[in-house]
Amino acid sequence: MKKQKLVVIGNGMAGMRTVEELLKLAPDLYDITVFGAEPHGNYNRILLSPVLSGEMTLSDIVLNDFDWYRDKGIRLHAGKKVTKIDRRARKVLAEDGTEEEYDRVLLATGSTPFILPVPGSGLPGVIAYRDIADTEMMIAASVNHRHAVVIGAGLLGLEAANGLKLRGMEVTVVHLADWIMERQLDKTAADLLQTSLEARGLRFLLGKQTEALLEKNGRVGALRTKDGIDIAADLVVMAAGIRPNTELAESARLHCHRGIVVNDTMQTYDPKIYAVGECVNHRGTVYGLVAPLFEQAKVCANHLANFGIGRYGGSSLSTKLKVTGIDVFSAGEFMGGRDTEEIVLHDRSGGVYKKLVVSGEKLVGAVLIGDTADGAWYFRLIKDQAPIGEIRDRLMFGEGSLGDSGHAAGHNAAAMPDSAEVCGCNGVCKGAIVKAIREQGLFTVDEVRKHTKASSSCGSCTGLVEQILASTVGGAYKPASSADKPLCACTDHHHAEVRRAIREQKLLSIPIVQQYLGWRTPNGCATCRPALNYYLVSTWPHEAQDDPQSRFINERAHANIQKDGTYSVVPRMWGGLTNPAELRRIADVAEKYKVPTVKVTGGQRIDLLGIRKEDLPAVWADLDMPSGHAYGKSIRTVKTCVGSEHCRFGTQQSMKMGVALEKMLFAMWSPHKVKLAVSGCPRNCAEAGIKDIGIIGVDSGWEIHVAGNGGIKTEVAHFLCKAKSDEEVKEISGAFLQLYREEGFYLERTVHYVNRVGLDYVKKRIVDDETSRKEHYERLLYALKDAPDPWAERVAGPARREFEALTA
Amino acid sequence: MTDWKNLCALEDIPRLGSRVVKTAGGDLAVFRTSDDRVFALNDKCPHKGGPLSQGIVSGDRVTCPMHGWLIELDSGNAVAPDQGCVKRHEARVEAGQVLLRIA
Repeated sequence: MKKQKLVVIGNGMAGMRTVEELLKLAPDLYDITVFGAEPHGNYNRILLSPVLSGEMTLSDIVLNDFDWYRDKGIRLHAGKKVTKIDRRARKVLAEDGTEEEYDRVLLATGSTPFILPVPGSGLPGVIAYRDIADTEMMIAASVNHRHAVVIGAGLLGLEAANGLKLRGMEVTVVHLADWIMERQLDKTAADLLQTSLEARGLRFLLGKQTEALLEKNGRVGALRTKDGIDIAADLVVMAAGIRPNTELAESARLHCHRGIVVNDTMQTYDPKIYAVGECVNHRGTVYGLVAPLFEQAKVCANHLANFGIGRYGGSSLSTKLKVTGIDVFSAGEFMGGRDTEEIVLHDRSGGVYKKLVVSGEKLVGAVLIGDTADGAWYFRLIKDQAPIGEIRDRLMFGEGSLGDSGHAAGHNAAAMPDSAEVCGCNGVCKGAIVKAIREQGLFTVDEVRKHTKASSSCGSCTGLVEQILASTVGGAYKPASSADKPLCACTDHHHAEVRRAIREQKLLSIPIVQQYLGWRTPNGCATCRPALNYYLVSTWPHEAQDDPQSRFINERAHANIQKDGTYSVVPRMWGGLTNPAELRRIADVAEKYKVPTVKVTGGQRIDLLGIRKEDLPAVWADLDMPSGHAYGKSIRTVKTCVGSEHCRFGTQQSMKMGVALEKMLFAMWSPHKVKLAVSGCPRNCAEAGIKDIGIIGVDSGWEIHVAGNGGIKTEVAHFLCKAKSDEEVKEISGAFLQLYREEGFYLERTVHYVNRVGLDYVKKRIVDDETSRKEHYERLLYALKDAPDPWAERVAGPARREFEALTA
Repeated sequence: MTDWKNLCALEDIPRLGSRVVKTAGGDLAVFRTSDDRVFALNDKCPHKGGPLSQGIVSGDRVTCPMHGWLIELDSGNAVAPDQGCVKRHEARVEAGQVLLRIA
């Protein structure tokens, strides 16, 4: 089949990001031609400020060099400006006469800086700040001239002023509003920022309007304000805003209104023409920051690739000022209003100001000056609209204040030395991460994870990696919202959508799900297949196919793989109870199979380590005990204390309760592992406070706690409710676990699930609503009905093949 | 290079799965894709020696169970950004039988 022709007009970050996303989805669909007005490949425009200040060089900020275009088979017309789109003949014409036919066009013409219409604005020495040429002109001017004036104290203006100052010029910033960065900061924050910029030698004239630029010796010599002040100026940089470039689109009679108007699929009023980036007006908003452009690129690429499933719904914004040594962060509704409350921390002499704007139970805005370490976290809370009621009293003190978060918390990423270890699992230091981000042009935590392995194992350093990313790429960084993150690279659907489709359409096998939701890969991957398999078996128990080839090896072999390829075997001991006969059999197995290590586990049972896979069925047969499921995303253990049967302090029979719970939950698969504990009195010897469900006996009955965690980040369980009888404990615990099984995302522990939906929601569904509780409980019991012991099945059945090697 | 040997029936290897083959030169892994092609590699991930036979097969790749490296079944190469290569052997299907030639 003949390839379709895609013509991209605009060789900037939005356009090329779309092309990159498109090539990932459909590498062979189009013949691609790119027109760029600048004579360069694609570079990271955001990093022009560090180039100006001398902290980076032009070659550092190239994203796609000419070789890239050649390798991908893309025809690049660099330095050619497109002057006409002939929609009837489906042709694009450039200034120099170059013509290209198209089937589809992608407009990514970006924006131009707004040039104040004042006398003298055309003089030599008056420039905007937009591209490489402007940057080079500013650097050249700083060599021969002394006085610079920057008009506009927004993000770009301040970065330009700082860069020129570092290049040795005397810099004055003239600004129309009463405080700087008024679109991102409140007055208090702006004053604090201004003070620290003044300490670096910048001068500010606020509330001043420019009347004219005056000439001296053939170039600009001074700036005159409306109230008659003259300021010496050999260089004037206009940074007073941007205008979307719509001339080309308008001349082609595409509907434009403060930008090229597009719908949620990034399509213009001509269905053959798409548009992304700063030239676009989406639902009335023109975005000038890079993160939204990348979101648009992803959606647009999806439609260009004919997948047709992405939608762009607008972006929430966060800003970061890229002035080395000054930390500024702002996101959401930072000003606050009548319906919001503010939590403020202000240390004027320490240079720290933090304002959090709260509306009801949610964080809606944040401004941070001086200490922006938690910016990414606040932004995530804002985007996720996460309930903050429970953590409100500690919110101001950052993510690290929420508990023992190991080595991840409390660091200021920007201040860390390059040699500091970030990822303890994979031994990755900060320097290696920064290097990969710069050299490979990484923008997301996932990309950093792939290239450096940092945060790819236990994940406890994810927050720190996020901070390093944010401080390295500045405004380009966009924290992923956990709720709308796609399952994996095989699809754009997120977990909730996949779960909903499986439930509502009654999909019963992995290939059917993949076909129904338009998976991009033939068999999915090692990330999505286990998730899909879990969603199927948990949503349609006894009906959906359980696919062993889509389970991680531990769940397929029903034992834990160890670093040398041998396995460990943990037989179940109900409630941590055993007897002489079991212990004797365990001892016999350990001798017979020369088990090198026998260990008592943290879950009150015995682990036999170093067993060869071929021996597993025989070991299980000799043990004659059920599987402990120590290897699965499943019920693990119910840890118990001795309780009132023996203990002089015990108030309840905790062993009996624990055994009953463990038998009820036997062979339960779940989004992640599930651990329970039952203590017979509030002394809590079974450590029930850090379990997914912790039951604590009191004189009047039982207390039920949920969503605790003793692992990577210790989390104390929340009190859910009290229960009078053993049966009630089983019903409430079972209903809670079924809710988690039905709504949790794969690999989401109960603590993360409850944090996502809120404890109040869980209480409403499980405690307050008796009908809902009983229904959940019944569905759990139905799912677990007649659950076989996987070991016994494999000792007897044909599944033995998994364990037998062939010879050749 | 040795001769082609009859290893097993195609049905003895699960689709999107693998079997371990014991040889004098160490373990091999023989994989079967969803469209019934077969591939043979040394059962040792180039990263830290993990048994590739125990990984999840998808498309023409297997994910090592130890640290998640992706290995291409036809070339034995690790998928970028990881770098490494595992030795491959010839394997094919003939009349429902899997034939193997150890390199």
